[in-house]
Amino acid sequence: MRPDPAVAIKDLRIALPRGGERAYAVDGVSFDLNPGEIVCVVGESGSGKSMCAHALMGLLPDSVTAEAGTILFEGRNIVPLDENGWRDLRGRRIAMVFQEPMTALNPLMRIGDQMAEMFEAHGLLSPRQRRDKSLDLAREVGLPDPERIVRAYPHQLSGGQRQRAMIAMALALEPAVLVADEPTTALDVTTQAQILKLIRDLQRSRNMAVMFITHDFGVVADIADRVVVLRHGKVVEQGSAAAVLGQPQHPYTRALLAAVPSIHPPQRLALGDRNKAIEAIGLDKTYVTSGGWFRPDRTVQAASQVSFSILQGETLGLVGESGSGKSSVARLVVRLIKADRGTVRIGDIDLTCLEGNALRDQRRRIQMIFQDPFASLNPRRKVGQIISDGPIAHGSDPKMAQTRCRELLALVGLDPGAMERYPHEFSGGQRQRIGIARALALEPEILVADEAVSALDVSVQAQVLNLLEDLKTRLGLSMLFITHDLRVAAQICDRIAVMQRGVIVELKQTAALFAAPEHSYTRELLAAVPGQKKQVSLSK
Amino acid sequence: MMRFLRQLMRNPSGLIGLIIVVTAIAIALFGPLIFPTSPWRMVQRPFLPPFALSAVPLGTDALGRDVFAGIIYGARVSLLVGLVSTLAALAVGIPLGAVAGYFGGRIDDALMRFTEFFQTIPSFALAIVLVAILQPSIYSIVASIAIVSWPPVARLVRGEVLSLRSREYVQAAIVTGQTHRWIIWHEVLPNALSPVIVLASLMIATAILLESSLSFLGLGDPNLISWGYMVGAGRTVIRQAWWITVFPGLAILLSVLGLNLVGEGLNDALNPRLARDGR
Repeated sequence: MRPDPAVAIKDLRIALPRGGERAYAVDGVSFDLNPGEIVCVVGESGSGKSMCAHALMGLLPDSVTAEAGTILFEGRNIVPLDENGWRDLRGRRIAMVFQEPMTALNPLMRIGDQMAEMFEAHGLLSPRQRRDKSLDLAREVGLPDPERIVRAYPHQLSGGQRQRAMIAMALALEPAVLVADEPTTALDVTTQAQILKLIRDLQRSRNMAVMFITHDFGVVADIADRVVVLRHGKVVEQGSAAAVLGQPQHPYTRALLAAVPSIHPPQRLALGDRNKAIEAIGLDKTYVTSGGWFRPDRTVQAASQVSFSILQGETLGLVGESGSGKSSVARLVVRLIKADRGTVRIGDIDLTCLEGNALRDQRRRIQMIFQDPFASLNPRRKVGQIISDGPIAHGSDPKMAQTRCRELLALVGLDPGAMERYPHEFSGGQRQRIGIARALALEPEILVADEAVSALDVSVQAQVLNLLEDLKTRLGLSMLFITHDLRVAAQICDRIAVMQRGVIVELKQTAALFAAPEHSYTRELLAAVPGQKKQVSLSK
Repeated sequence: MMRFLRQLMRNPSGLIGLIIVVTAIAIALFGPLIFPTSPWRMVQRPFLPPFALSAVPLGTDALGRDVFAGIIYGARVSLLVGLVSTLAALAVGIPLGAVAGYFGGRIDDALMRFTEFFQTIPSFALAIVLVAILQPSIYSIVASIAIVSWPPVARLVRGEVLSLRSREYVQAAIVTGQTHRWIIWHEVLPNALSPVIVLASLMIATAILLESSLSFLGLGDPNLISWGYMVGAGRTVIRQAWWITVFPGLAILLSVLGLNLVGEGLNDALNPRLARDGR
């Protein structure tokens, strides 16, 4: 006989405000959280997974209401609780870890004080004991040099350390239930692996029930005991991790798993001796932040002696963690920022020494696809204008540009009627297609994709990757593909360059890199990719 | 556009403001057609109290001139000065701010120091000096009000442009080879405009007050009657004939209040975060 569940959610239904895309954010969701068990709630954006978490914390926004259903916690229904009741429960019995540790911590308070505040809020312990306790907590979550770090401010910590501090705060009052809302999404892979291990260890030693919200099946495979798959606010499948990942029953779960890119690179055709499409030689870029009158300047080396070349029709991947300088390299290559030293050569033209109109003319040969599909399209211009602006600027006849725009939209799989609509009427994946059409409008030779699929859900990500691959072969494009996701890189790149602190530490054929990584940093990155122990991907 | 108007309507204070402003504009446009008598003409005995004769409902001033006619004709001057000087201030402030914010660096430094030069001088003092030097006329009043009120516009636009400049769609426009002018005009400015519209509606109110203050001090256009002039002229006899100052004063109060309410309503309607939030 199992022990009683710590939390039992039954037929929970949360109504969205009128005029939304659907009536209920969460519709008839039931699942249990048991002590000593990690339940992963998986789903794509808009599936209602965060709403579940917020309902469990009593943090639903005013505009939505829990209309029906119960959440049983320690034998009573907590849905109708008032603010005082919640205040007593939150932090003490149910705690939460948020996605973005920088915004979840108060930037003006020392880490130790923020931990001590947890006890203060519930009127526990004396100030002295609180201080000692926060030191213990810092030690327990593995923060280095705890005495120093409790006196530090959030901005002085790394992303991983901040998330550790958040976890320490959540654990301070020994809650029975921990709700973690995408706690590792904002972190680098190596840090993510450490945080996942920490949550797992703490959960075991304290016998907590953990509700872990994520969109990443790799993470699910590493951490989950049970899995709940949500889609449009409804549970499509739930069961043990082995069952859901191993023998998914519902077609949606199968489709999601099939969309997860495999970490094993597919066989790629050798490109032989082709001409170089673009060559970067010895790029250097240092950012200098002026320190004012009495402080020294702060310098960050974003790129140091970065050299690579891309053959015609080849995809070169640039992988690395945040702050490794890969986005800076992308911007150096398209000359959005100026290099301190070094050259970028397209064919026989040196892009780095061009100015003014000459530069504008050559720009059409190298185009960029941006990361954020919501920020990369001007909200006040119609899609047709967004795509045809470029060709018109290069002297194309507006009528011709319109026709071309229609062809491009068809090419990226959108309806030509999209021309008359504004970007906000499209989903993230569709917007990214528009971004691709804009880049292709100028018939470039080289595409630079800066984290072009990182902001998309897995199923959409797979579609956009297929589209890029297909376009590349059909139009004979070369591509510089920047990503932090090694699974994606494995699928799309011919060669991969690994960057660390502004330096390319290893550059090899994809298959060779995955089979025999030479540099210690590459090995570390590969080892940290989640979900390698169990098979998560059904693709290939 | 219709959706935007509906947003504005939903806010009751904004609606009241809009009604006041529309009424004021209607009076300025059509009032003189209905009351063709010149406000300078003496129509009755001096110091006739209000509500005594239906021909002069708001009484007469020290020279026997109709106060009601003065208010109607004064609306033209006050609103015109408010509108034109604000447009002139926008015409200076928006390009300066946009150029400073877009190009940054030394251009930004130079333009912003220039702006600060105007901001450090008390604006009313500067306006008085300018009008006094240029001789009081409707043109010099409009010019001086515009000169003292463009710096906040430039600052606001610069700030907006500075944050929009690093947006990905602006970078995308650079990569596709657009010229700087095109990018500022098509990509940056349209997205920076909503706070400017709000500021502009409040600036019209400030300009009306400035004009009134100048006229009150006797620096108004001697050929045109304005509310400020009427308040100024009546202040010496305020104890014997309160109506000469109170009614034009009320006119100023109402139109400025109306414009402020419209500005606030616009702010709520144009600010997507406030408009949609349930809280």
